[in-house]
Amino acid sequence: MSARDVLVDVQDLRKVYRTPGTFGKGTEFVAVHGASFQVNRGETFGLIGESGSGKTTIGRMLLRLLEPTSGYIEFDGYEVLTLTRPRLRALRRRMQIVFQDSGSAFNPRLSVGEQVAYPMRKFGLYPKGEVKARVIELLEKVGLQAEQAQRYPHEFSGGQRQRLGIARALAAQPDLVVLDEPTSALDVSVQGQILALLREIQAERGLTLVLISHNLAVIQHMCDRAAVLHQGEIVEQAPVDELFGSPRSEVTRELLDAVLEPVLP
Amino acid sequence: MTSATLTKPATTAWRRRSQFRLATRALARDKVAVGALVVLILVVLVAVFAPLISPYDPLVGDPTMRLLPPGTPGHLLGLDGQGRDILSRLIWGGRYSLSVAIVPVLCAGVVALVLGMIAGYSGGRWGELVMRVLDVVFAFPIVLFAIAIAAVLGPGLVNSMLAIGITLVPYMARVVYTATVQESGKDYVEAARAAGLTEVEILGKQLLPNVLSPLVVYATTLAGLVIVLAAGLSFLGVGITPPVPDWGVMTSDGRQVLLEGYAHVATIPGLMIFIVAIAFNLLGDGIRDALDPHKQTGSRN
Amino acid sequence: MTNEPLLKVTGLRTHFSSEHGTVKAVDGVDFQIERGGILGVVGESGSGKSVTGLSILRLLGSRNATIAGGQILFHGEDLLTKSDREMREIRGKQISMVFQNAMTALDPFFRVGDQLVEVIRLHQRVGKREAKLKALEAMELVRIPEASRRLSSYPHQLSGGQRQRVMIALALSCGPDLLIADEPTTALDATVQKQIIDLLAEVNRELGTAILMITHDFGVVARLCRTVAVMYQGKIVESGDVATVLEKPEDPYTQKLLGSVLRLRSEVRRVSA
Repeated sequence: MSARDVLVDVQDLRKVYRTPGTFGKGTEFVAVHGASFQVNRGETFGLIGESGSGKTTIGRMLLRLLEPTSGYIEFDGYEVLTLTRPRLRALRRRMQIVFQDSGSAFNPRLSVGEQVAYPMRKFGLYPKGEVKARVIELLEKVGLQAEQAQRYPHEFSGGQRQRLGIARALAAQPDLVVLDEPTSALDVSVQGQILALLREIQAERGLTLVLISHNLAVIQHMCDRAAVLHQGEIVEQAPVDELFGSPRSEVTRELLDAVLEPVLP
Repeated sequence: MTSATLTKPATTAWRRRSQFRLATRALARDKVAVGALVVLILVVLVAVFAPLISPYDPLVGDPTMRLLPPGTPGHLLGLDGQGRDILSRLIWGGRYSLSVAIVPVLCAGVVALVLGMIAGYSGGRWGELVMRVLDVVFAFPIVLFAIAIAAVLGPGLVNSMLAIGITLVPYMARVVYTATVQESGKDYVEAARAAGLTEVEILGKQLLPNVLSPLVVYATTLAGLVIVLAAGLSFLGVGITPPVPDWGVMTSDGRQVLLEGYAHVATIPGLMIFIVAIAFNLLGDGIRDALDPHKQTGSRN
Repeated sequence: MTNEPLLKVTGLRTHFSSEHGTVKAVDGVDFQIERGGILGVVGESGSGKSVTGLSILRLLGSRNATIAGGQILFHGEDLLTKSDREMREIRGKQISMVFQNAMTALDPFFRVGDQLVEVIRLHQRVGKREAKLKALEAMELVRIPEASRRLSSYPHQLSGGQRQRVMIALALSCGPDLLIADEPTTALDATVQKQIIDLLAEVNRELGTAILMITHDFGVVARLCRTVAVMYQGKIVESGDVATVLEKPEDPYTQKLLGSVLRLRSEVRRVSA
């Protein structure tokens, strides 16, 4: 595998939260302990873990939305952590994030069309007059309607907001999209639709995806390779079939064990 | 990448629904708020057109007619202790009482917005420091603080406005600070960063609308309080001084003759203050509801 | 000892009035639970499953919700005809409820032990010391490690799973015949969820407490419940024992719902059951 095939290279990423106590007696919380992994171009890489495992933290550090305490991140040959702010902003176009629908993923006071248009406007991807048309094109791509562009976030259901999040991420025409628990807040019947949409878009645009989830079935369904996180450390990483088929770590085994399937035991 | 050649109808289907228009429409549906707004507009108009409306000169009195009750021919609301027509004084007084309420709130609001947003967004030590400095003011009861400043600055309309304005800044800044801190943590701010917006743009385009709303609501309610506060300052003699027909001054004047058994001199301006303060409050409630995106439109598409 | 079911709901209708008209959250629902039985009520958001649970205990808050009709027979008596005072006697003592978010269900200002004692003393005539002993018993029943120390903890000092256990302890402290659980594990990690579900199964085995489990997760139903009712838009579209419904669902909605659940592929080797 040549170096060109690796899109994201993460080495020894660390995130430590320090709370300054009174008179200097503060506490330290290590959210991520030296995580290292690589994501190949065009693949879907999974980050698995329960709450507090550090998976969301890593996801944000990849985009440098959160500053790591130490470590090395390379994106398509660029050293993400040493870039100056203006160059980082330019690079940002190529890596985007879709948040879990927490209700606060969209600004409640701006229309969704405006918010999807932001990346386009900021990165100057289209001439001004064309932006609106492109936004509508994107909305329809993710299964929504043109006239919904003027509506406000609270007028949409959870599943629709997730589609909007995907549209917004795609607006920048990125190479990499980080998906933070894309289906966890959704009804079961909608989850499959969203995942199918993601697969379709990935195939069409040759996207590389980093999928963060605690839901093992989703990971198995979508990912080529995955890493299992436990309390800030990567305890195992492998191609998904190998990971679930012959798990080497106790953590992975426990996670597999905890899956409640809709069949009688 | 296919080129987009969308037909006209699709793009025009997306109309700009400005927040402002949605809010005004929502407000129009709230009868109580509309009523309050009408009252306030009337009061403002009366004050503005005082020279045309006022039957008599508010400063000239006829001592022979002092303390005549409301209903006296030619004097609808009666006369005060110096024989001056109360209705005229009430009309002219609106100018002072309203400006001393509205101007400080507006000015303090602007200062508070800047201070609060910067402190809230940059967070950390600096933010805390600014807030702690402002917290010193919170230690004093608001009325006492206003009195103290007014006493230092001296009496008069401008000094009253200054005193009240200074007093209001910490309160308003705190509202802005809290709102900014809350909103800063939300995902859409991160999304804006991921979309390449600079920090200044985030402050202005993403946070400002969400922070302005609670501030506007707070300010409207504050205006009601400020009228009373200003009246209080005048009443105590550290605000606007007689013979200016400010409502607070009128109430103060009326206090003396209350003991002689004449209630109307103090009660009428007092009632006016009460009505305007309540109107501001009700309007503030209405604005709060109108600015809530959930109430502006239906939910669920 | 009669063969009468513990809880029998017939024709339950709960309506909400809003500016857009009346919403029939629960629209004619029939089901029953035997003594010591475990019924799962499954549905997506908006199906009316939570409202059903709240209706049984009449916890809807009177603002715009009304129980428009039906019968809820508990030990043969219709709960819908009972007075507020009688309902207060029943809640917590004969029928208890646990909710999804333990952090908001527990009072953050009081220690966990005190909250337990309060509930115990409310429903049983016992002195403070005896109540404390019962509180400790309840904590041990839900298998909270270091139970006696944990009694003096505040809710925010406990993990999500522990808080949920405390909520279950609170619900069980007065020995109810029926426990209504509304999505008690949805907000928890998978490993903790499994422990809580197994705890509920154990409680059912040891104490004979019947459970009404409201959930969107068929996996939970499969592991815990004996009978199941599937809800869609306020109505029950299918019900029966769990084996039948999961393996041979007859209703198209149930089939669609079961079909859309993502499952781990069967080639995956499971280490332990």
